[in-house]
Amino acid sequence: METRQIEASQPPPEKPVQGAPSASDQRRAQRSEPPAQGVHAVEGRLPEDHRLQDRYRVLSILAVGGMSAVYKAQDLRFSKVKRICAIKEMINSANDADVRAMILRNFERETNILATLNHPGIVQVYDCFTEGNRSYLVLEYVRGRDLEAVLTDKKGFFSEQKVVGWAIQICEVLSYLHRHEPRPIVFRDIKPSNIMLDEYGRIKLIDFGIAKMFQSGKKGTMIGTEGYSPPEQYQGIADPRVDIYALGATMHHLLSKRDPRLEPPFSFQRRPIHETNPSVSRELVGVVNKALEYDANDRFGSADEMQRTLMSLRSARDVRSTTGLGTSVTVSSEITPLWRFAFEDEVRSSPSVHQGTVYVGAYDHNLYALNAENGEFLWKYATDGGIASSPYVYEGIVFVGSADRVLYAVDARTGRIRWTCPTKGKVWSSPQAAFHHVFFGSDDRNLYAVNVEAGRIAWKFKADGRVRSSPQIGEEAIYVGCEAGLVYAIDTGGDVRWRFRARRGVTSSPAVTDEMTYVGSQDRYVYGLDVRSGWLAWRYRTDGPIISSPALGKGMVFIGSADKHLYALDAESGRLVWRYGTDGQVTSSPAVLDDAVYFGSVDGCVYSLEAKTGNLRWRFQTAGPVTSSPAVEDGVIYIGSSDRYLYALPA
Amino acid sequence: MGFLRRLIGREGDSAPAPVSSEAGKMLPAPSRFDVGWVTDVGKVRDHNEDAALVIVAAHDGDEGPPSFGLFILADGMGGHRAGEVASSLAARVVAHHITRQSYLPSLLDHERDASQPALTEVLVDAVQAANAAVSKEAPGSGTTLSCALVLGTQAYIAHVGDSRAYVLKEGALEQITQDHSLVDRLVHAGQLTPAEAAVHPQKNVLYRAIGQSSVLEVDTHVRKIHAGEYLLLCSDGLWGLVNEGEIVKLIEGASSLQGACEDLVAAANGAGGSDNVTAILWRSPLG
Repeated sequence: METRQIEASQPPPEKPVQGAPSASDQRRAQRSEPPAQGVHAVEGRLPEDHRLQDRYRVLSILAVGGMSAVYKAQDLRFSKVKRICAIKEMINSANDADVRAMILRNFERETNILATLNHPGIVQVYDCFTEGNRSYLVLEYVRGRDLEAVLTDKKGFFSEQKVVGWAIQICEVLSYLHRHEPRPIVFRDIKPSNIMLDEYGRIKLIDFGIAKMFQSGKKGTMIGTEGYSPPEQYQGIADPRVDIYALGATMHHLLSKRDPRLEPPFSFQRRPIHETNPSVSRELVGVVNKALEYDANDRFGSADEMQRTLMSLRSARDVRSTTGLGTSVTVSSEITPLWRFAFEDEVRSSPSVHQGTVYVGAYDHNLYALNAENGEFLWKYATDGGIASSPYVYEGIVFVGSADRVLYAVDARTGRIRWTCPTKGKVWSSPQAAFHHVFFGSDDRNLYAVNVEAGRIAWKFKADGRVRSSPQIGEEAIYVGCEAGLVYAIDTGGDVRWRFRARRGVTSSPAVTDEMTYVGSQDRYVYGLDVRSGWLAWRYRTDGPIISSPALGKGMVFIGSADKHLYALDAESGRLVWRYGTDGQVTSSPAVLDDAVYFGSVDGCVYSLEAKTGNLRWRFQTAGPVTSSPAVEDGVIYIGSSDRYLYALPA
Repeated sequence: MGFLRRLIGREGDSAPAPVSSEAGKMLPAPSRFDVGWVTDVGKVRDHNEDAALVIVAAHDGDEGPPSFGLFILADGMGGHRAGEVASSLAARVVAHHITRQSYLPSLLDHERDASQPALTEVLVDAVQAANAAVSKEAPGSGTTLSCALVLGTQAYIAHVGDSRAYVLKEGALEQITQDHSLVDRLVHAGQLTPAEAAVHPQKNVLYRAIGQSSVLEVDTHVRKIHAGEYLLLCSDGLWGLVNEGEIVKLIEGASSLQGACEDLVAAANGAGGSDNVTAILWRSPLG
């Protein structure tokens, strides 16, 4: 369908703008090997041991092109170490003196821009100079190979993960270039041979098309490489979306292993990746096709956007988004529940485990007590409303809130009622207890502090909105959010120590350390607040509202978002460490145990990921959305599902 | 409400003990907000391109705003005294931005608001403002910049270049910042050993600094500095000449923060004083 549209509206030009290169030229280009000496009548190359500027000693020739060569050289100014650099030599062969001077000016201008770029994905420019009609660029020497060489040697296909990992890194470099001030830098020549893979598997862009400036005067000269360049580039347009197309072409080549230089221009849509490599996911094919749209307006609007889309793919799950270093293998195995227990309605409440008993509320109005070891039914207690709040066990009493507006205190052993505390709103907030008092919020906007033994209200704190967030008790105060978007630190005497105002409701419950309070908001942000003052230390924006409450571990903050991802953020800086995409919203709050993090998704799965890397450990499929949060005890995960079961899974 | 008072009342029992009470070590952590700092031309250069700027606003009492400290260190570069211009300009712009734009308006409010930028973002903006100012007013020059905003016991740190921020805890220095220098990159790339880097002729070459590019990436860190721990900002004139063990010994052996800074500078000068040397030292007070 798409293909037909493109053909109908914009047939590819019958003859390429640039004269079709001969087959032998193309094959040479493909191999990225130097042509046999003497094929081109190029003036002599620098011999080994030749000195440039009294500073660089030529060691060997790395590559030779038409009017340029790349040498491996030693920088003699570093006397104590052997510092290696790459030197690119370009021959200014224009006959006209004015043209020669112009080329030189362009060279100096472009080089000066390049020298200011700072990005680990861009080869560093150290120096530039001109001797006679030859100009030189001194570059960082990258130990590694270019993607074209890697591609040529690769037997079979690259894994989808690997290609996505490279593409994410390239997008990152491109967004750096495209955001360059005062004007964006368009690379204009993304293709496998311009992408180096260093010894750590990181990518670096190596050729900024500077060499092309030295080939002016020939008819039809274009910066870019036929096959990888988009249609508009043949009209001399250098918009950032030119790079998006060329990246799409490069990905197409890497995935399908069909060299676009040997095919008619702009014919990608007519040779789907699946023709040669059916293993590539439809999602990734969609991304590549979008990058390769004939009309620039139909492509990704920016490298950022393309990167975000790539990162949301399943195959990006193991790619460490910040560094692109992830190459580890996904270990995914089906696991079998130790037991499961059937309820009469959905289980949205999160279970609690205490002394061998699992307590959980169900939408069937009942609070249940089950034997943690085998799921055996012990007792249940009926309230008059659905239970979405999670029970809390303290001093032999189970506390649970219900949609019938009441907080219940039930004897943990017998299931007999001890006392009730009616409020004027539904109780979705999960209670917490400390110092002989239980704390919980209500839709009547109050945070309650109730004496554990007598059920007497010690104080109420009136919030600005309904309190569905669960209070967290810190060293010096109680922290809670409300639906009006405020987070409160409530001090001695029920007074506010500080308040923090988010832009939307805070249903998420804060996580507290002795330094920071972390909380998510429906305004999509995760906030890191100074625990003593409420100062906003950092914030991180996800792509969807946040209901999930953060969990802490390994120096990271784990939290889910309605954008279907679980995020791992560096607790100190708020920077993204990794994120993991599921097929549904993540409203479940993660739990951390040892090296793993556990959570549920609306896609019906319970996930276990490696906390450090975000790699999948296992996934367990239930028959309904999982909004319940896991409880972890003695190597067992207890979690409810909308399929009306509570599951006990081996951690 | 009494129970919460009891809850908070427990503070008294659990107040952290002085961290170091061994013989020969510095006095227990001060109970007041205190800072020492020194910048010195060294033994070889004829002018000082380092700049240090310290602002402290502290008060007594349990309620009210937290103690505030802003420590800025910049190490300039560029000929014809341009380095001095760059470093002092950068330090002033950062101080101006942080105090004027962010600190003063909201310090006395007890409600924080997500419409205000996060503190780490304020620091990044401040450093970028300094970058714009230096590029405009002192083109061709450059400077490192490391700054720490201390609110209570929390330190918010922003950094470009090869000046350093360290935490000294339990007798060991931990480097918080990463040098944006060529040699550091070469070390990370496995092309140099740290020992080679220390004597490398190009060890002063930076790949990220203020005044070098219109696009500047700024590193940030948020660290709690526990009672008794030290925060040290210093230029390469100190860390390049005095080893970490010696720095720890001098700090822990001094009788005051100011004295410690003077001892550090003396040690750098004793080791040749080949560069300007600057140290800013703060110790997290008790309770």
